[in-house]
Amino acid sequence: MDIGIIIAGILTLAIFTFLYRDNPIYRLVEHLLIGLSIGYALVIYWQTTLVDILFRPLFTGGKPVLLIPLVLGLLMFSRFNSRLSWLSRIPIAFMIGAGAGVAIPAMLYARTLKQVSASVMPLIDDGGFHIEALVVALGLLSTLAYFYFSREHEGLMGKAARLGTYFLMVFFGATFAYTVMSRMSTFIGRIDFLLTDFLRLIG
Amino acid sequence: MKQRLPVIICFLAGAIMFLQYFSPHPVARSVYSAILDYWQIIFAFTLLVGVAAYVKSNLKQISRGQDIPYRLVAIAGIILMPILAIIGGIKIDSPFLWVFENVIAPMQATVFSLLAFFVASASFRGFRARNLQASILLGTALIVLVGRVPIADMISEYFPKLTFWIQNYPSMSARRAILIGIGLGSMTTAFRVILGIERTYLKGE
Repeated sequence: MDIGIIIAGILTLAIFTFLYRDNPIYRLVEHLLIGLSIGYALVIYWQTTLVDILFRPLFTGGKPVLLIPLVLGLLMFSRFNSRLSWLSRIPIAFMIGAGAGVAIPAMLYARTLKQVSASVMPLIDDGGFHIEALVVALGLLSTLAYFYFSREHEGLMGKAARLGTYFLMVFFGATFAYTVMSRMSTFIGRIDFLLTDFLRLIG
Repeated sequence: MKQRLPVIICFLAGAIMFLQYFSPHPVARSVYSAILDYWQIIFAFTLLVGVAAYVKSNLKQISRGQDIPYRLVAIAGIILMPILAIIGGIKIDSPFLWVFENVIAPMQATVFSLLAFFVASASFRGFRARNLQASILLGTALIVLVGRVPIADMISEYFPKLTFWIQNYPSMSARRAILIGIGLGSMTTAFRVILGIERTYLKGE
């Protein structure tokens, strides 16, 4: 049997021991997973970002302008010195500012305008009357009414907000079920791996 | 200086990135691309800082004699991956990717699958049809749960269709309203950050 399958099988069983209760075997593999995942991310970022985008163009591609992000990045290490730690605010401010600047048009387009346009459906066309268009419009407006806190939820606004809670419950219920099913699907995949590849009881 | 300089840098970076969106000029495009590269580079450095802080914290715990085997295993994991990458590179069939495929990926998938039990047990304890809203939540969850497995077809041919309808119309409409709310909220927060009204990121050193 492939050594990789044996290791993967033992580690899978070690993690499943947590279903009984928290135990040293689970904690050991949990820390192993954390360590290896950090090490993996470290290598990937080092290679794909620091080497490919920074060091190679800076030292062999003749792009001295890249000294700016290099210095900004190194300033992050000032956090380890209490006297100089305020310097780390500079790269953080740059990242947050740039991120905020990019987010405004992106949020306006993808999260707002696109969602509004997708919600506007024809109520009547050649195919006849579409109850779905009415449901979507009602659901959208009433849920938005629920999240609108600048006015008291009384009268018509209160009724709309209450209807919005029903739509929200449908959303939460459907999302919950979808999440459970996705986790169950992964669990079945792991059990299938254990029984078929590791223990060879099936197939 | 300690407060004003970061606020000015935040404003400049934010304003440039916001305004470039409205310009198709090649200079605006290249500035946008350069700042995105800078962002990625600084992010990689923040990861290095995070790893250094994690290792430092683990070494501190080891020196105090707390959870020594676990801490050592975590640090060994962090050291092992770069060593494997240095020895064999990160290409296909390298020891680095072998560890990813046979150790990291199976463990991640198993931890992810563990949540199925906790979600199920939490819902068993928490789901009670106390009022109309709770009943709608419970009913929808049951319909979608059953509707997404093969048994739904055996119960009725309309069951999967009902599940599809719920997910694509009433559920989707509430989801869209939430997304619109997130979009408007994010935009407002982004404006507040750029204009220096929101400065919570300056707290803590």
